Amino acid sequence: MPVVMDADRVAKSLTRIAHEIIERNRGIDDLRLVGIRTRGVPIAQRLAACLKDITGTEVPTGVLDITLYRDDLMGHDVGPQPLVRSTEIPFDIDGRDVLLVDDVLYTGRTIRAALDALIDFGRPRSIQLMVLVDRGHRELPIRADYVGRNVPTSKKESVRVHLVEIDGRDEVEVA
Amino acid sequence: MGDLTMLRSRHLLGIEDLEPAEISLILDTAVAMKEVGTRSIKKVPALRGRTVVNLFFEPSTRTRLSFELAEKRLSADTMGMTTAGSSVVKGETLIDTARTLEAMSPDMIVVRHACSGAAHVLARVCRSSIINAGDGTHEHPTQALLDAFTIQGRKGRLAGVRVAIIGDLAHSRVLRSNVLLLTRMGAEVVACGPATLIPVGLGRMGVTVTTSIDEACEGADVLMMLRVQHERMHGLFLPSVREYFTLFGLTAARLARAKSDAIVMHPGPMNRGVEIASDVADGNQSVILDQVANGVAVRMAVLYLLAGGEQNEGA
Repeated sequence: MPVVMDADRVAKSLTRIAHEIIERNRGIDDLRLVGIRTRGVPIAQRLAACLKDITGTEVPTGVLDITLYRDDLMGHDVGPQPLVRSTEIPFDIDGRDVLLVDDVLYTGRTIRAALDALIDFGRPRSIQLMVLVDRGHRELPIRADYVGRNVPTSKKESVRVHLVEIDGRDEVEVA
Repeated sequence: MGDLTMLRSRHLLGIEDLEPAEISLILDTAVAMKEVGTRSIKKVPALRGRTVVNLFFEPSTRTRLSFELAEKRLSADTMGMTTAGSSVVKGETLIDTARTLEAMSPDMIVVRHACSGAAHVLARVCRSSIINAGDGTHEHPTQALLDAFTIQGRKGRLAGVRVAIIGDLAHSRVLRSNVLLLTRMGAEVVACGPATLIPVGLGRMGVTVTTSIDEACEGADVLMMLRVQHERMHGLFLPSVREYFTLFGLTAARLARAKSDAIVMHPGPMNRGVEIASDVADGNQSVILDQVANGVAVRMAVLYLLAGGEQNEGA
């Protein structure tokens, strides 16, 4: 399986993105990070650590579970429902700049669900999107503001993101 | 992440049909649902476009309102029917009522009925998912699930927790569902009530049976009081309400026999001064209002899991 990002590249991308975030937002006092379950969560935490290294500021970081907002919950056959887990956004997002963080951007449907979920929590001044990998094939008009790496793929391929916190190693593969 | 992501049946008729992993799945899902209730916008679109009928053939306030709220928080469309002012008073049978409602294609029917087995009958004749909201003296599964959720929330576990269930054991579907659930999850259950209200065979369900409330309270982590159900008593079960309170009412002195961090539960509606003293019901060990709040989360979990949907792993 071709490895498109190794541990070093993942780390460098996050550092680069942290700098881009600071530049684009002219400071990060109003910034709030929200990681999308499952693998967006550790990425958001690492990004917060990078931002702290650079600026000394702790950026509040939350967790979003988008299951209840999915657009594919409508099947009428008896089948497994995706597992719902807790959303933890322990801060006010009204008037803040919220940065959504996810591992892979593909069809854009997860992000659509995340936007709906987030807006139920308040009215942020802006919502931005950071992904580790953009693999193309969007089905909705959604784009990322910060991308670790653009990886051209075919729809038949799958992109697997491994993270130390969950999988024991940092690696992105295309299979 | 648990291994199981779905329930085996599309109905929830009783705890009897649930495996421990299914019970855990419902309780875990309820944790996420409880968080939805803490938001300023307490609504998620998960059941958008689904229709749920609430069919209540027996008086109910908290269960009916709790189901309604759970349905609304999941964005389902809901219809309610209570027996007063419906076709039931004109003599329509349960099955005909259900078939008539089914013609309007609901996805789920929540049913409460005075006859044990009513939900099972509907499950056989209906295409919709049936949720038992209490059938006679048989089962009340969502009550047992919300009780377990409350115990787990306070004690951090179910296994090894000592639960004393005290009161009118004979007429209680809450008892039956709770015994099935708690024993299945490894809790230790003591059932206590007057000899006239102890159902035959209760001891075979894996619980210790006693007629001494002091014995039941001793060392308990949870004291679960059951309502004296006068409306189901067609005979002389109790000499008087005052005698019942003297012998079986939960008082502060009896509560002191339980563990110091024991919690007091009651499925409601309470008869103050009959099965429970007012100062205990309102005391700081009482979690009776938590149970009501948790009921909504647990019912959301059940509705969500039964709604089914095709697994679609997309990014």
